[in-house]
Order: sequence, then C-alpha cells, then structure tokens
Amino acid sequence: MTPIVKTALKRLGLGAITLLVVSVIISLFVALLPGDFAKAVLGQAATPETVAAFQREIGLDRSPVERYLEWIGGVVQGDFGQSYAGAGSLGGHRRDVADLIAPRLANTLILAGVTALVAVPLALALGLLAALHRNSIFDRAVNLITLTAISAPEFFLAYILMLFLAVRWPVFHALSSVSPDTSALEHLQRIALPALTLVLVIVAHMMRMTRAAIINLLASPYIEMARLKGLSPGRVITHHALANAWAPIANVIALNLAYLVVGVIVVEVVFAYPGIGQLMVDAVSKRDLPVVQGCALIFAATYILLNLGADIVAIVTNPRLLHPR
Amino acid sequence: MSAELPETAPVATEALPEAPRRGWRERAWRELRHIPPSALFGLAVILVYIVVATLAPLLAPYPETQLVGGPFEPWGEQFLLGTDQLGRDMLSRLIFGARNTIGIAILTTALAFLLGGLLGLMAAVLGGWTDQLMGRAIDVLMAIPQLIFALVLLSILGPSLINLVLIIAVLDSTRVFRLTRAVAMNVVVMDFVEAARLQGEGLLWVMTREVLPNILPPLVAEFGLRFCFVFLTISALSFLGLGIQPPTADWGSMVRENATLITYGDVTPLLPAGAIALLTVAVNFVVDWFLHKTSGLRDEH
Repeated sequence: MTPIVKTALKRLGLGAITLLVVSVIISLFVALLPGDFAKAVLGQAATPETVAAFQREIGLDRSPVERYLEWIGGVVQGDFGQSYAGAGSLGGHRRDVADLIAPRLANTLILAGVTALVAVPLALALGLLAALHRNSIFDRAVNLITLTAISAPEFFLAYILMLFLAVRWPVFHALSSVSPDTSALEHLQRIALPALTLVLVIVAHMMRMTRAAIINLLASPYIEMARLKGLSPGRVITHHALANAWAPIANVIALNLAYLVVGVIVVEVVFAYPGIGQLMVDAVSKRDLPVVQGCALIFAATYILLNLGADIVAIVTNPRLLHPR
Repeated sequence: MSAELPETAPVATEALPEAPRRGWRERAWRELRHIPPSALFGLAVILVYIVVATLAPLLAPYPETQLVGGPFEPWGEQFLLGTDQLGRDMLSRLIFGARNTIGIAILTTALAFLLGGLLGLMAAVLGGWTDQLMGRAIDVLMAIPQLIFALVLLSILGPSLINLVLIIAVLDSTRVFRLTRAVAMNVVVMDFVEAARLQGEGLLWVMTREVLPNILPPLVAEFGLRFCFVFLTISALSFLGLGIQPPTADWGSMVRENATLITYGDVTPLLPAGAIALLTVAVNFVVDWFLHKTSGLRDEH
C-alpha cells in the first residue's frame, strides 16, 4: 500500500501549493488597481478625507507582502475582511464578507448537489451506452444533440426552459427566489428550472467525455484479447474494462463538477437565485473587492479540490499500484 | 532549402500516381462534394454571418443606437422584430450585433493565438529552463476557472472593452500555449530543424519558417474551437453586464436588457441568444469535419 499512500500524499501537497499560489495571485492583483479606484467605489460625492481614509484602509500604503499576510491570516480563521459597501458614508455599517458569503454558499451547494445527483448517473449510463453501440443511430443522434447543447450559451437554454416550462405552461417557478425560512420541499420546487438547465449542460459534456474515455479503453489490446478468448461482453466490461475505467470516469466527473462551479454563475443570475455566483457578479459590478476575492478563493478552492479528488481516485483505483514489485 | 521541406511534405502524402495536377478550383469543388451535411450547414451559416456582419449598415433598416419608437413595441410592419427596452429597432441591433460581437471575439482570439502561439513555439524551440518556467507559470494560471479569473480582473480594472479583450486574450492564450508547445515538440526534434539550427538561422526563423508550417492544421482547428470559447465567454460576461458596454449593440447584453419579455411569453430575447448558439454550433460542425479530415482518421465499421 505504501506507493499508493505516497503518491496520494504527493498530490495533496501539490494541491495545497497550487491553492497557496492562487491565493497570492488573487490578493496581488490589487496592485493593478487604477489610481481612481477609491473614487469609483465611493462615488463622486466622496470628500478627499474619506478617499484618503479609504485608501489607507485598503492598505495601499503598505507593502504587498504585509497586505497578503494579513488577508490570508484572516482567511485561515474564517475572516474574509469587510465589504466595501457603505464605506463612503459616515458611520456607514459595513458587513463581514464571511457573513455575506455563508448563506449564499449553502444555496449554491444545494443547487450544485441536486444537479450532480441527477446528472452524474444519467450521463455515465448514456455515455456507456453510446460507447458500446458506437456509430449506431442512437450514438449519432446523441452526438448531434449533445454537440448542440454544448455549443449553446447557458442563458439560451435557461431562457428556453423558462419560456416553455414556466410561462407558456406554468409547471415550475420562473424565478428561484428563496429565503432562509423556505421549506426544503418548496426550495427544491423553486430550484427545479436552474437545476434542469445545469443538468442538460453537464450531461451533454459528461456524456461525450465518458463515451470518448470508454471507446479509448475498449480499443486497448488487452480488451481485444479478452474478447478473442470468448468471454461474454458483460464479463469483459465488468471484470476487465471497469478495473481500468475508474480513473478516466473519476476524471470526467471531477472535470464536469468543476465546470458546474462556473456554469452556476450565469444560471443563478438568470433565475435570480441567491447563490454565491450572483453575489460575485454583483460585487464585481460594484467593484467590492473583498467580496470578489472571497468568492474567487472559494471557487478556486472547490475547483482545485475536485481535480485533486479525481487524481486521488485515479491513484487509489490503479491496479498497477496495488501490486508493487 | 530547408524552408521548402515543410511545403513539400504534405503534398507527397496526397499525390496519387494517377492524379494529374488539378487547378485549385477543381480541387476545391471535389472537396466540397464530399463534405458531410453537418459541415456544409456549418459553412453556410458562417458565410451568412460574415455577409451580415460586413454589410451591416446596408442591411439594417435603422441606425444602431437611435431611438426610433416606444419601448418594447411588438413585432409588426414598421419594426419587424419590435423594439427593445429603450425603443431601438431590434432587427437593426441584431444585425449590428453580428458585427460587434463576432468582430470582438475574432480580435480576442487572434490576440490569444499571437501571444500563446509565440510563447508556445518559443518554449518548444528553446527548451530547457525557459520551457520549464513558462510551463509552471501557465499551470498556475490554468489552476482556476477562466471566468473566475476574468471576474476578479474585471472588478479591479473596471469593465471596459479594452480590458475585456486583453483579459480574455491573456487567459485564453494559456490553452493555445499548451497545444502549440505540445505539437511543436514533435517537430523540433526533426532533422530539418536541426539542419536549420546548424546553418545558424535565428530563433524567429526556426520558429516561423521551420516549425510553424508543420503544425498549422491542429492550430487552425484549435482557432475554431477557441473562437467558440471566447465568443461564449464574452457573451456570458456581456450577459452579466460586465462585458461589452451599452449602447453598443451586442447579443449577450441584448438578452439581458430584454429578458423581462420572457415572463410575458415573448420570444424576442431568445433571438440574440439563438444567434450566438447557431454560430457556435456551426463552427463546431466545421471544426469537427476539419479535424476528421486532417487527422486522417477513418470511420471503422
């Protein structure tokens, strides 16, 4: 087992380093701030004193290293700093970024979780079917449909679904407004359309990648060998192909869940769902940097963790590592 | 001498013994007859878009940004597709949108290729620590999703057209770098490159005259795919209100500005979104066919 643990630990270390470097980049971008930034955030009415105070507070008078260490020190303790909103007005109440993000993050995780729960099994089954019946009518039709679904922007699919399933035939809610006291069932009903949109996009991507991975695998000589010695197709799949298929399948799932992390932003805006994606878009248009940085770090961490997870599954299930020489 | 080599290589594989030299018209015609219907459809769509984009001022019934009627007027005689939220003609803005949206996406993709391609070729030709350094830097840039990176940069630099183009081009050049470096690696080890080096040719010559012609087909296919990606990213950002800014007619922003119409059962906001989808589908079909052709893959039955 040692080689497995060793390789897995190595991957973990690499992931941690990547996250660290990314956090440095996210915080150092602040050095690119244009000179009129304080004015842009505080508005034209800001007095020179408030502007100066604000600039001192962002830490533009300190060295980047100092600024980064302070920020990351807070982040490790769950403190992402304070939002800029209300920074200009005297005695303005400013909110902690962590308090802003927490409920939104929970909402996004619910949406992403529901989507993944539906999309992953569906896509894997469809992809496997298409790969096994390669070049059949089914395969070609699925290929054409998924290529179209992938090429269309998410908001196109989202609005089509909204038009038909919420406006023309009001089956679902057009807008997914939820509050903390919405019941679980109500919550699920309200996120039906955004989840459906995401499922369509993810299934298309994931199915194509599963199909390609399986076809690639079935082309290897040892599968042909198993077939030639007269094994049943079912046994070839379960006993021979599957052992080596876990790694590519885990990779496909992780890549698509990572894609989901980004896809969620546009879909949340379309359906006005109070998730972290919408929070980030609002913060970007208000140029509320602490919120943008916090959201970006969370998105980046999720993305890196998912890829890391796929790597580790690939290592743990690799039959070659199970029998070290 | 060595510069001729790349040009003769592909011809040699295609030249069949009985095939006499044909004019390019004839060859193009032969090629066209064997195109699968999906690629033919793609080519036709792309052609229509190009014509509409270049002839926009002639085709559009009204100017791009002029208020010509009341807000949200329905489809009719005077305004074929109605008016938008301010009272500008929808059809005219769709037509001008083709020019703006596609033009900006092509410009961005070209910039990304210039940057990523140049660095990728350089990394492959120079090798050693230059290659290592660039590779690691690109790895970090690719460790987080592009859209997230773009959003952070936009919040710092502020949404403007120049910022948008530069940010997306730089972020996208990472993928171009990866591909260029990978395919160029197979070429730099060949003897004719070594010969050129020994002749004392400079770095730029080796990069552009020896290596580049040999890696063009995958790069051309990648240009199509990258264009789609850039086009969708810019549309998404514009849709979020952070990309191309008003009053420029742009498909992504048009969807956002008129989205309320959907709740009244009106399909108008779907038109610009559909225009985006149709073009990316078309480009994907053509790239699919091109890849299939140049990779020499044949369908096995």
